[in-house]
Formats: sequence, C-alpha cells, structure tokens
Amino acid sequence: MVKITVDGKVFEVDPNNNLLQEILSQQEDLPYFCWHPAMGSVGSCRQCAIIEYANDEDQRGRQVMACMTSPREGGRYSIAAAAKFRAQAIESIMTKHPHDCPVCEEGGECHLQDMTVMSGHTYRRYDGKKVTHTNQYLGPFIGHEMNRCITCYRCVRYYKDYAGGKDFGPQASHNHTYFGRFQEGPLESEFSGNLVEVCPTGVFTDKVFSKHYSRKWDLQTAPSVCAACGVGCNITPGERYGTLRRVVNRFNHEVNGYFICDKGRFGTGYVNSDERIRVAMTRTTRDANPVLTDPAAAKAQLLSLKGKAIGIGSPRASLESNYALRELVGAENFYAGVSDVEFGLLNQVLDIYQNRPVNIANIKDIEDSDAVLILGEDLTNTAARLALAVRQSAKNLAKELAEQAKFPAWHDAAIRQLAMGRKSPVYILAGHATRLDDIAKKVHIASAQDSARIGFAVAHALDASAPAVSGLSEAEQALVDSIAADLKAAKRPLIISGTSSLEPALLNAAANIATALFDGDKKANLALTVPEANSLGLALLMQGSSNTLGKALSSGKKTAIVLENDLYRRAPSAQVDAFIESLDYLAVLDSLQHPTGEAANLVLPAATFAESSGTFVNYEGRAQYFYSVFKPVAPILASCKWLTEGKKTQEITAQIAALLPNGEVLNKLTPGPDFTVAGMRVPRQQHRYSGRTAMRAHINVHEPKQEQDEDGILAYSMEGVPALKDSTVFNTPWAPGWNSNQALFKFETAVGGPLKQATVGEHLIVANASSKSWYAADVQQVSGAGYRVVPLYHLFGSEELTARSEAIQAKATSAYVALNPADAEKLGLGVTDGVQVQHNGSVPVLLRDSILPGSVGISVGLKGLNFQNMSATVELNKANDWQTPKDWRSSNIIVSDKRDI
Amino acid sequence: MLKAIGKQLYVLWSQVVTLALVFTHLFKKKDTVEYPDVMPYMFPRWRGRIILTRDPDGEERCVACNLCAVACPVDCIALQKTEDENGRWYPEFFRINFSRCIMCGFCEEACPTHAIQLTPDFEMAEYVRQDMVWEKQHLLISGTGKYHDYNFYKIAGKAIGGKGKGEARNELPPVDRRSLLP
Amino acid sequence: MFEFVVGSPLNIAFVLGVVLVSAAMLIWVERRFLGFFSERLGPNRVGPFGILQSLADVGKLITKEDWTPPFADKPSFIIAPIIIPVAMLLSFAVVPLAPGVGVMDLNIGLLWVFAMAGLGAYSAMLGGLASNNKFSLLGGLRAAGQMISYEVFMGISILGVVILGDSFNLREIVEAQRDGWFIVPQFVGFVVFLIAGLAETKRWPFDLAEGESEIISGYNTEYSGMKFGLFFVGEYIGMFLLSALIPVLFFGGWLAPFGWEIGPPIVSGLIWMTIKTSFWILFFILVRAALVRPRYDQLMNYGWLVMLPLSLINLLITGAVVLYQGS
Repeated sequence: MVKITVDGKVFEVDPNNNLLQEILSQQEDLPYFCWHPAMGSVGSCRQCAIIEYANDEDQRGRQVMACMTSPREGGRYSIAAAAKFRAQAIESIMTKHPHDCPVCEEGGECHLQDMTVMSGHTYRRYDGKKVTHTNQYLGPFIGHEMNRCITCYRCVRYYKDYAGGKDFGPQASHNHTYFGRFQEGPLESEFSGNLVEVCPTGVFTDKVFSKHYSRKWDLQTAPSVCAACGVGCNITPGERYGTLRRVVNRFNHEVNGYFICDKGRFGTGYVNSDERIRVAMTRTTRDANPVLTDPAAAKAQLLSLKGKAIGIGSPRASLESNYALRELVGAENFYAGVSDVEFGLLNQVLDIYQNRPVNIANIKDIEDSDAVLILGEDLTNTAARLALAVRQSAKNLAKELAEQAKFPAWHDAAIRQLAMGRKSPVYILAGHATRLDDIAKKVHIASAQDSARIGFAVAHALDASAPAVSGLSEAEQALVDSIAADLKAAKRPLIISGTSSLEPALLNAAANIATALFDGDKKANLALTVPEANSLGLALLMQGSSNTLGKALSSGKKTAIVLENDLYRRAPSAQVDAFIESLDYLAVLDSLQHPTGEAANLVLPAATFAESSGTFVNYEGRAQYFYSVFKPVAPILASCKWLTEGKKTQEITAQIAALLPNGEVLNKLTPGPDFTVAGMRVPRQQHRYSGRTAMRAHINVHEPKQEQDEDGILAYSMEGVPALKDSTVFNTPWAPGWNSNQALFKFETAVGGPLKQATVGEHLIVANASSKSWYAADVQQVSGAGYRVVPLYHLFGSEELTARSEAIQAKATSAYVALNPADAEKLGLGVTDGVQVQHNGSVPVLLRDSILPGSVGISVGLKGLNFQNMSATVELNKANDWQTPKDWRSSNIIVSDKRDI
Repeated sequence: MLKAIGKQLYVLWSQVVTLALVFTHLFKKKDTVEYPDVMPYMFPRWRGRIILTRDPDGEERCVACNLCAVACPVDCIALQKTEDENGRWYPEFFRINFSRCIMCGFCEEACPTHAIQLTPDFEMAEYVRQDMVWEKQHLLISGTGKYHDYNFYKIAGKAIGGKGKGEARNELPPVDRRSLLP
Repeated sequence: MFEFVVGSPLNIAFVLGVVLVSAAMLIWVERRFLGFFSERLGPNRVGPFGILQSLADVGKLITKEDWTPPFADKPSFIIAPIIIPVAMLLSFAVVPLAPGVGVMDLNIGLLWVFAMAGLGAYSAMLGGLASNNKFSLLGGLRAAGQMISYEVFMGISILGVVILGDSFNLREIVEAQRDGWFIVPQFVGFVVFLIAGLAETKRWPFDLAEGESEIISGYNTEYSGMKFGLFFVGEYIGMFLLSALIPVLFFGGWLAPFGWEIGPPIVSGLIWMTIKTSFWILFFILVRAALVRPRYDQLMNYGWLVMLPLSLINLLITGAVVLYQGS
C-alpha cells in the first residue's frame, strides 16, 4: 500500500493497480471510456487525464493518463487541474457523435452521456460535417449503429481479446475507424451480448430488448439468478407493463463477474410467450379438451392429493418448490425428475465434492488457474460462462511473464505483446471439436470412456497410489505424461468435467486427478458442471434416496403430481406414455405448455423465475436466492405457493435449512422477510420510474393499490432508500452522475472486487475432506451394434425453457445427427440428406471431421428428437422421402470442423 | 433590554405598516376577468391541453424517447416505443391521464423533438373521470403546433425510411471501411 | 312597544338569530373582502353580489359525504366538531349588545366568557387526537398548546379593565365607560387582548393549528361534510364573539361616542354596537389578508417572553394607579 494525495485528499492505495482504478475505488469521480475493470488499460481514450506533481513544491505538474500510471508513494495528483483537457478531449470525441439520444436504446444509461456531463462539455462548437458509417446486420441479438462510435476500442478488446471472437474487429483508419464484422452476418461468439454492456455508448444495442424497448429507469427489476444452466449467473431482469423486457448482468465476483452468456441474456423470451399456461385447467380424460377451472378449487384439488400421490420434482424448479412437493406427497413418494443416468451422475458429483480433497472452483478460481484439463465437456455449450473463464485462465502465463518482466498487470496491450500468443496450458479431452480448441495446448478427440481412461492414467502419473490403467496407446501415454507434467508444474491447476458426457467414469477420473494433485496442504481446483439451474439442489434434497425417475414411472401408483417438468425430456417416450396411461389422475404444474401437461387432468399455471422467488443451487453447490421481478398475473402462482397453504417463500426456505446438513446457510441468503431500510422495503422500481398514474388508466382511471409482495424484503414500488445508502439487497447500480452500468464501482469494496454488502450466495456443500481416496479405474466400454452415441449440446436450443424464446430460436436449429464424413460416405449420405435414427424418425445430418468414425453425434434437447430414446449405440440408415425440416439451420451450428459441401 | 423592547416595537410597527398597505388595495382596480361572461386572452405559451404534433412532412414527431414521462412530476404519461419497418421510432400507445396532469409543462421542456406541446385550451372539464384519460388518437393533431420547422430525423444520424446514412443535415457520406486513405 | 328584558325568549331568539346569520354571512363577507384586498372580486356569482354564497356553501357541505375514517376514534371524532360552536354560542350569551338586549346578565360574565372559550380548545384537541393521523395530531397539539398559553395573558390583559370597571359583569363594564373608553388607560391591555384573541380563535396569522402549507389542514384534516362545517362555523362565531367583546371591553360597548345618540337607547345601542363590531370584523379580515404566519416557536416565544411580561406590567401599573387614586 502506498499513500497518495489526490486534490488534497490522502488515500492508501494498492501500487499494483493503476491510478484510475484506485481513484475510482476511493469513490472519486474520474471520467474514462477505454478502461474496463475486467480488461485492463490501453490508454486510448484520453479521458482519465490527471495532473501529476513532481513534489510538494511543483505547481505546474505534468499531465498523465490515470489508467496508464502506477500510483507512486507520496505522489501528489489533481483531478480538477486537468478538467479543461478532459472537456476538450470529449468535445473532440463528440464532434461526430450523432444527434441520436432520443432514439438510442442506450439513452438514459449511456456512459458517454454521463462522462460528457461529468467533464463539463455542454455546448457543441464544432460546426463541420459529421462522419457517418453504414451499419451491419449482426444477427438476432445485437443491433449495430456505427455512427455513435467514439473509437474507444472496448468492443474489440472484449470481443476478440477477452472472449476470443474471431469474426469481428476494427477496420479503416483515423476518424473512419469502423468496428464490425468483416462480412455482414450474425456474430459468432456466444458472449456477444456483453458488447451491449461493454460499449460505453449505443453502437451495440440489445436487439431483443429494442423490440419492446423501455428506458432503464422504467424497468422494474430485482436481483435474480439465471435459470438457463447450472452455472447460476447473477442477472437483473427488467419488467415493464407486465412483460419481461431484458436481462442484464448482475455483478457477483465469485460467479459471473461482469459478463454472462447470450443464452442467459436473450433466452428469457419464454416468460412472455404465447405458450405460457396462464389459467388453471382440468381435463376429464387424456384426450379431452381442457376446461377452465376456478384457481381456488384447483388448488384445493391439488392439496387434496396429499399423501395419495407420488410427486416428481424438477431440476429447473426452485429448492422451495421441490421441497413443497416433497412435503405434500411425503419424502418416500418424492422422486427425482431427472433421467436415471443423470441422477446417478449428480449424486456422484455430490459425493466427489463432499468426500474428496478438492477445492470446488468458482469462476474466479477458474480464471486464476494456470493449467486446465477439461475432461469430456463441451463447456461453451453446457456451461458457457465457465468457457469464458477458462479462456481467461489461458492468459495467466502472460501475466506471469509480465510479473517477471516487472510489468504492471493492468498494462493490457503490453502484456499481450510480451506473451506473443503464448498461453497457459489447457488440455481438452472431448468427443468432438469444441469452441475452446483455439486456446488448447492439446485437443484429444476420444470417446468419453477413453477420455476417462486417460484421466485415470494422469491421476496415476501424478500420484502412484492412484489406480493405474493399462493398454494405453503410445500417443495416449505421451498425452498423459504431458498433462501430468503441466498439472504438476502449475501453481493452481484446475480439472473440469461434468455430467454432459453421461459417463460416470469421467467424473471419477476427474476426482482422482484432483485428489492426486492434493499435496496435503493445497487442494486442486475441480469444477463439475451440471445440466440445469437447480440440478444439484434437487440432488441434495433427495438426500441419497434411491427414488429415481425410473422407479416413479414403474411405481404402480395411480395418482401423480409433476412439478415443472416435461417427462418426455427425461425418459424414453414409450416409458412415459405407458406411465401416463397407467395413471388415474395426473396433476402438472408448469409455466409452459408441453406434452406432459397436455395429458394432465389438472394443469396449474406456475410462475417462471422472473415472477417467483426461491433458491437455486449451482454447479458448485452454491445456493443463491432469486427475487421475483414482477407479480405474475393471477391465477399464475409460484409452484411453492400452489403446493402450500399460505406460506411465505422464506418460511419454506427455513424448513429446508432445517432439513439439509449445513442447510442453515440458506437462512443467510436473504436478510429475512422483515428486512426494511429506514422502515421501508427495498424498491424494485427506480426513483425515476415513470407513468405510475397513467399505465393502468385506460383500464380504470381509479388507480389500484400497489401490488404487494407477501414475501417481504422487496416492494413493487419506487418508495425506498437508494441503494447507495444500503445495498444489502442490491438491485440496480445507480449513483448520481453515473446512470450507466458503470456505476457499479460505487457499490464495490474496491473496483473489480466484491460488492460492499450484497450476498454472493452460500455453499451448501461442505468440502473439507482432507484424506486421499481413489475411485477404481473401471471403465465400462460401450458395446453393441450400430454407432456409438455422443451427445451434442447446443447453447441455443438444448435447454428446455430458453428454447421457447423467439430470439434463441433464431439462433437454434432442429434436431440432427453429426457424422464423420467417412461414415456418411459409407451410408451414402450427402449434406442435404436425412438420417433414419433407429426407432426415432428421420433428422438431417451434419458432417463433422472431429466425430470419430463409428460414433454419431446426436443433438440433445433440440426439436424433433428425444435424446432419452437413444441407447448407448444406435443403428442409422439413409432416410427415404427425405424433406429437410424448416427449422433446420446448419449455419447456426458454429463449429470449426463442419463440412458444408 | 431596551434594544429588545425596541425590536418588539419595531416588529409591531412593521405589522401595522403592512396592514395599512394591504388596506389600500381595497380601492385598487380589480384584476379578475369574469370568465365565462368575458373570455380571457390566452397567451400562446399558456400551459393548457397537451397535444402531440407532426413534423413538417406530416409524420408523427414523437419518437417515444420517454423523456416526457420521466420528467412528469405526477407520472401521468405512459407510452411504449415501437418502430416501423424502416427503423423510425414512434409510440405504440401514448396515454396522458389528465385527471392527474398539473399542466406544469415539464413534458414540453423535456421533449427533444418538439412533439409534445401545451396549448392555450384550458376548458377540459369532464363529467366522467374516465374521460380524462386521453390516448394517442385524441392527442395527435395534424399540424406542427407552435414550432413549425423542426424535423428531428433530418438532424439525427439514425437512418429511417426516406433518409439514409449521411443524408441528415451536416453529414458526410458514409465512409468506405475498406479504405485506408486519409 | 314592549319592554326589552335580558333573557326573554324573544331576546334569546334575536341574539341567536343575529349570531348564526352573521356567522354564516361572515363566510361570504370574509371571502369577498379577502378578494378586494388582493385585487380580486371574490365570490360574486350566487345571488346579488354573491350574497347567497354562504347558502351555497352550506348546501355543499350538507350534501357532501359525511365520512368517518375507519381508523378514527369514533365517539370523540364526532363530539369534537360539536364542541366549538356550542362553546362559542354559550360565550356569546353574556355579551351585551344594547341595554336590555342579551341572553344573560351574569355578574361573572367575563369569567363565563373565558370558561366557555377555554372549552373550545377541546374541540381542536379532540379532533386532532381522534383522527388518528399524524398531521391531525400535530394540529391538535399545536392548537392545545397555543390556546392554553394565550388564554393566560388574555385573562391577565383584561384584569386592568376589570379593576377599572370594578366588576366582572360586562354590562357594568360598559356602563363604567360612560366617562371615557378603557382603550385610553388600557391601551397596552387592549393590544395584548387583541393579539391573544387572534391566537385564541386560531385566526390568521395564528392559524398554526391548521397550517395548510405544513400539515395539510391540521386537526381537521380528516373531517369532511358538515362535521368540517361545524369547525368552520365555530371559527366564525368565535371571530364574531371577539369582534363584539373588544368594543364591550375597550370601546364603550353600545355607548355612542361623543354623545352621538341615534334615537332611543336600544336602537342607538344596537346601531353603535353593530358599527363597532363590524369594524373589528373587517379588521380581522384585513389581518388575514395582510399578515404572515409565524413559526410555532416564534408564536410561543412571543407569548411567554413578550405578551406575558407586558400584561403583567400593565396589571401592576393599573393596580398601582387605582390604589393610589383610591387612597
């Protein structure tokens, strides 16, 4: 720590950070554009100019850019003295900025607006002509309005340097500089949505949001958690006039930092979908048309099933909803709503986390790792945010080199030059090429079983006491040695695996490697991905019970309640058909229509994550509470409210806390239902929220009472204490003069660091095993006629709910199989042909070089094929009378090894 | 002590002077205009009934930027942005609840396109309160209102139907991004 | 002609009629004059010159929804507005309008006036408490504090008059002024009485109990319809009472100045009493139009630090002079 003086104020600052960051950390206002806390400094915008004085006598000083300066012990600086320069700099920037603010989606949360006001440039003196640019079509997510660009380069630094995108960059020169794709077309990166938040002005805007646009101050928001995958990124969804309008990132330094993936950002359209179940319905027979029923009667009917029915839980429903169902039907009648294989894998994940000496890696751990081994996961498609983090970990070598060369760590451009493309080792063992291959030291395409064997061998190479495997080929053995050497040399090694390969041995192998790396003191990082938002929560709630879905389907009970689950995605179609046929009465609670609901005798409209509160447990066993953003239109209710009689959500949470080991941490997720600040609840609406007395006036000029939230803490209101005073429940960053999301630093303990007050979630799983134990190196090789099935996941489309969003559908495709060109040739298939999958109808084929001969990649969750119907191997035939489905869009499948012709 | 007494006497005296001054107003000419027997002269900038105007080309001036709504101290304006096929923003609905409106004119001041204007019409009483809620079709007039020449989209950089990039006032033609020439 | 006797039914009816009609008319008079003072016309639409405005107001108040808030304390909420007009009317019983005209001739008349006027404080206090509303409570507290404080020096200020008139009987006090109005020896007492009287009736500029710019409408915030109307009427009766008391105590009551008798004593008395009362009514309206409301602490400071010493000194000197003259 060094002591500096800024405009007479004395601060203790960290000399390893740049001056801009440290000045902001002290809550001082200093304009900036190009610097970003996650991306370091390049010093291109000339906005953070300050005056540095040589000593106490120096009156004149010299001008430096704060973001390119290290704080110096005893240094004396002045922000105020450089005000004129900053005003001039921004005046130059603004000479070509169009008169667009009223018709710009960024207006009102624009960093450029804030900085212009802050630096004091108020009147346009330049009367020359403005430079203009044409725009590009950048796909269904991102709008492009190049005229507004101020050439800060943040987009390129994010898209190319940070997120590894290859189809976007700067073009032309001087004041013609252009940022866009080289060819017009959709952005390929799965993280393109962050451009909206990274761009300080309105060049890149949220196209989905723009369709039903609302100003930032008009959005009703609440702290929420993304329900689209098992990572559990923190998000802030915004609502206006009863529909969900957009999702933005909510900072949580341990989970998602400043960025989220496009599925989370653009995949919430299903909340407003026409396919929502909005009324309670009954059906006398399976095929009858549903009849509208009174919600109160429907609830009474549901509760009357207490003790009589079996309940099937859901990995996408909150902990509270699952628990409420468990209470209603009794623990012995409560079944896990996931496929049997997946349930086994989830229990295995829990076992590894609890009983092996590993450190469960969060995003920060992943970003800090200096050697990574990915075992059988297509991270970008199964846990996208982790892929972005792995990409950062590859840059740790550059940081290390910088440290050796005594370069400050924030000096982004210099460090990149220094590394010259050298990266920390990342090994990927997968069934096909992945989107992370470009940063990998070695990509090894192998079946999940073979990858597991390599994994076990690596563990054995690291620690001789680990079980060994035999029969590795020479190439495999070389790979094992290389991986083992890199992991051993690393200070913070990381193993990533997960459930998506559906191979238990892979998890065991990952656990063994992590165990082998444990030296009695420092635990190796281990991250095991899980498929859905609350997969681990459901597994924890099952408490080791053997009530698998398979048992539920063959239990012989005549009454069943299915919670937020489409059974046809969890088990083979025939098995589910038989189960439903055997039932006398089926009750389904869900938010969207699906085949299971269409066969139900009682259908209850359940709230989505945006309209309900509850707890999700993510891949690390981190429990996170999400608050409802807006009140669902009656009779839609949160599932846990349907299933209980007048209980507050937190009361159910408290019951779960009492049930689970280490469950008491759940009570720390919220400040309690009676929480108020200065006697008021935390407002969901900003203080500038408009239209309160007119938005419902066309229905009735007499204004209704404000919606009440019986769960407490937050209020559907604009009344309350601003977050600057108390951010225990942190909603939307805003500070005077900082209307954009850049206001976040005002709420961080230090820039980039944890938030001052808000929770980061709590670990439900205690990982304090400290003795080594090994899983046997047993790998069950697949046998059987036909092609070996490799599951193919898609960020856009594989997940059940987000796939129902319009924006995601534009980037998704229908089901398909991927084959090695050699195999395709054997089957006589061309790229336009269809494939008859054994017992399952026909789907299009995609030729991929990286699919091993003898294997077939089969899309998971995409429309047109139930992956659960697949056995370990399937027979394939060329389809007769083939017609390409209209939803088939192979251009949306972005892989490097695709053969288009 | 004496000072305090003096002050009190002065305070009392000042009240007496005030009384005398106000009393003289009894004999002054009264300002009241006896509406409705006599129609008062309404100044053009009087803040009465709110209208939405059109630009000189006859298109809706409102771009649904929401600034009027946020400026409104009683929150009586609600609107929703939508856009036509050429990217021009306009309000899908625009509602003013006149039973809440206090005719402060902040909306007019906030409006960046001169779309929303207050007019000298003040006779807006209704027998049914629901009739005080005005929608866009009630608010939108076919003229330009008080400001005749302003056309926002002629100045903004955004391309709309009939105006491409670089065709707004004071703009250069779009640059060729493939060129590195100075 | 029949004899006028104080307390005869006809007399009572006459006084009650005069008071109620005047109080009602005052509503119009006040608004009209307030208009004139601020260069407006005031209400001039209902009847000739708007003279029937009060009728229209009463009509409006009666037909308005008579609402009792569910959170209010019902009994006291209803009693509160009744107290003030009743107390004010009872005070008026002892005010001598002319020889032989009046409701009561009480030997402790002045004490009666104070006793009854003191009851008026309950009206605002109860109204403020019963409304169960923060603004009302503040208004009620202010009213109580203000009225109790100013009653003290109001009482002391007229003790000089009592000493000079040698009686608490208002008729005897009037008769005692045949040789000269008490305004001359009791000028200080008059000033204190005038100011305290304004505060006592909660008239402008001492309307802190209502203080609409700070506490909406103070103790009567929750009142509507005729319950509010009663507060309203009570205030005007109070103003009328004060305007009649000042001439009685300091300006010779019904006695004609300079012996300008007009007709028989009763007629002359009524005419002069009317003239003097009207003058003070107009004066109070002028005060309302002209003066600004002090802060509550200023009001209290003024009362206890200026008015109280002043009235005590006045009492002391008056007593000393009378003792000196008597010895």
